[in-house]
Amino acid sequence: MGDILSNYNVLGAFWVTIQLSVLAAIGSLLIGTVVAIMRVSPVAVLRGLGTAYVNIIRNTPLTLLMVFSVLGLSLLLGLQISEQASTNAYWWAVIMLSVYHAAFVCEALRSGVNTIPAGQAEAARSIGLTFAQSLREVLLPQAFRGAIAPLGSTLIALIKNTTVAALILGATEAAGTLSKITENEGAQLPIFFLFALGFVLLTLPLGVLFTSMSQRLAVKR
Amino acid sequence: MAEPLVVMQDVNKHFGDLHVLKDINLTVGKGEVVILIGPSGSGKSTLCRTINRLETFETGSISIDGKQLPEEGKALADLRADVGMVFQSFNLFAHKTILENVTLGPIKVRGVPKAEADTRARELLERVGVAHQAAKYPAQLSGGQQQRVAIARSLAMNPKVMLFDEPTSALDPEMINEVLDVMVELARSGMTMIVVTHEMGFARKAANRVVFLDGGQIVEQADPETFFTNPTSERAKDFLSKILTH
Ligand SMILES: Nc1ncnc2c1ncn2[C@@H]1O[C@H](COP(=O)(O)OP(=O)(O)OP(=O)(O)O)[C@@H](O)[C@H]1O
Ligand SMILES: [Mg+2]
Repeated sequence: MGDILSNYNVLGAFWVTIQLSVLAAIGSLLIGTVVAIMRVSPVAVLRGLGTAYVNIIRNTPLTLLMVFSVLGLSLLLGLQISEQASTNAYWWAVIMLSVYHAAFVCEALRSGVNTIPAGQAEAARSIGLTFAQSLREVLLPQAFRGAIAPLGSTLIALIKNTTVAALILGATEAAGTLSKITENEGAQLPIFFLFALGFVLLTLPLGVLFTSMSQRLAVKR
Repeated sequence: MAEPLVVMQDVNKHFGDLHVLKDINLTVGKGEVVILIGPSGSGKSTLCRTINRLETFETGSISIDGKQLPEEGKALADLRADVGMVFQSFNLFAHKTILENVTLGPIKVRGVPKAEADTRARELLERVGVAHQAAKYPAQLSGGQQQRVAIARSLAMNPKVMLFDEPTSALDPEMINEVLDVMVELARSGMTMIVVTHEMGFARKAANRVVFLDGGQIVEQADPETFFTNPTSERAKDFLSKILTH
C-alpha cells in the first residue's frame, strides 16, 4: 500500500476533486440562483424556460452530460475551451457539474422561497421596492436561509458526483485514480477504503456544518 | 370638500367568473379618513389592494394625487412608495431587525443616507411606542407591537395616503386598542387613510365617512354617526344588525 501511495498521486487526485467541487459549487449556485429567479419571476416566458431547464437537466443522467460535453460539444461542434485536451476536459467537467447541479440548487432555493409567507413580497412591493430590489433585499436572503439544508445535500451530492468526471478526465481526480490503481495493481480493499474515507472526510463535516447552520440561521417566524 | 387625492372611476374587476368590483366610484380627499365596511367576500380587501395595484383591474381608472396608476415597472414602484399599506398579518420582513424594517424603504427607494434614515426610524418607532424594540426581530414582538412597527414602516416613506386592511383582526383583544390608538393619532395628524375595519369605536372617533360595500358594489356611504344609527339601505341595516348582535 505504501508503494502504491508513493507511485500514484492520491493527494493530488483528491485536490482535483476538491477543485472540481468548489468550482462547480460556485457555478451551480450562480446558475441555480438565476434559474430560481426565472421560476419565480412575473414573466411567464421566463418561468417556462426555468421550468424546462429544471425538468430537462434533472432528468438527464450526469454521465450523459459529461460524455456529451467532450464528445458532442467539444469534438463534434468544435466548442473547445482550451487547445490542451486535459484542460479542455477539466473545464467541461466543471461546466457540466455546474449545469447539472444548478437544477437541484434551483429546486432547493424554490423550497426556500416557499418558506416565505406571500405577504412578505407584497409588503416589499408596497413600500415601493422594484422586483429586483424585493428579490435582493427580502426574498433571496430568506430563501437562502430557508434552503440551507437542501443546499447542503446538493453540495454533498455534487462532491460525490465529481467522480463522474473521471469519464472525461481520466486518472486526474480521485475516482479515476482509484480505477487506474485497481487496473494496474489489482483490486485491493485497503485502497478502496482509503478512497472511500477520503470522500467521507470531505462530506461528513459539511453535513454537520450545514445542519447546524440551517438551525442557527433559520428565519424565526 | 378637500382636494381629491385618491380617485377611482368605474373600476371593475373579476376573479375568473366572479365580478368582485362593480363600477366602483370613490373619491377620497386629502386628509380624509374613509372606512370600508361590508360582509365577508364583499370586495373590501380587493378594493383596497387595487389602489396600489397589488391587484390588477380590467376597466376604469385610479389616480393618486392627480397621477394615473401606472401598470408596471419603475413608475408603479414609485407610486407605491407614496401609498402606505398595512396588512392584517403585519408582514414585517422576518429576517430584518425592527429598525431595518423601517429604514429599508427610505434607504433603497428614496435614497436617504443610512444615518438619517436611522434617526427618522427611531423617531417613528418612538411615535408608535416601540422604540426600545429597535434591535429585535419581528418574531420577538407581540402582534400589537408588530402591527405598530408595520405602521411606522409605512410612515417612513412619507406616504400621501395609507391603506389599512383589517389591521386589528389578527390581534388578541387586549392588543387591539394599542394599534387603534396609533391610528387615531395618525388620523388626527391629518393623514389620508382608507381603512377596512369593523371597529366601530375607531370609525366613530376618527372617520369622516363610512363606505358600505356589498357584493362588489358601493351600496351606501355616510358619516359614521348617520351610517351606524340610521342606515338607509336594507342591506346595510341587515349587515349592521348582524355585527351589532355580537
Ligand atoms: N386571489 C383570488 N382569486 C380568486 N378569488 C378571490 C381572490 N381573492 C379574493 N377572491 C374572492 O373575491 C371576493 C372578494 O374578496 P375580498 O377578499 O376582497 O373580500 P373582503 O370583503 O375583503 O372579505 P373579508 O371580510 O372576508 O376579508 C371573495 O368572494 C373572494 O373569495
Ligand atoms: Mg378582506
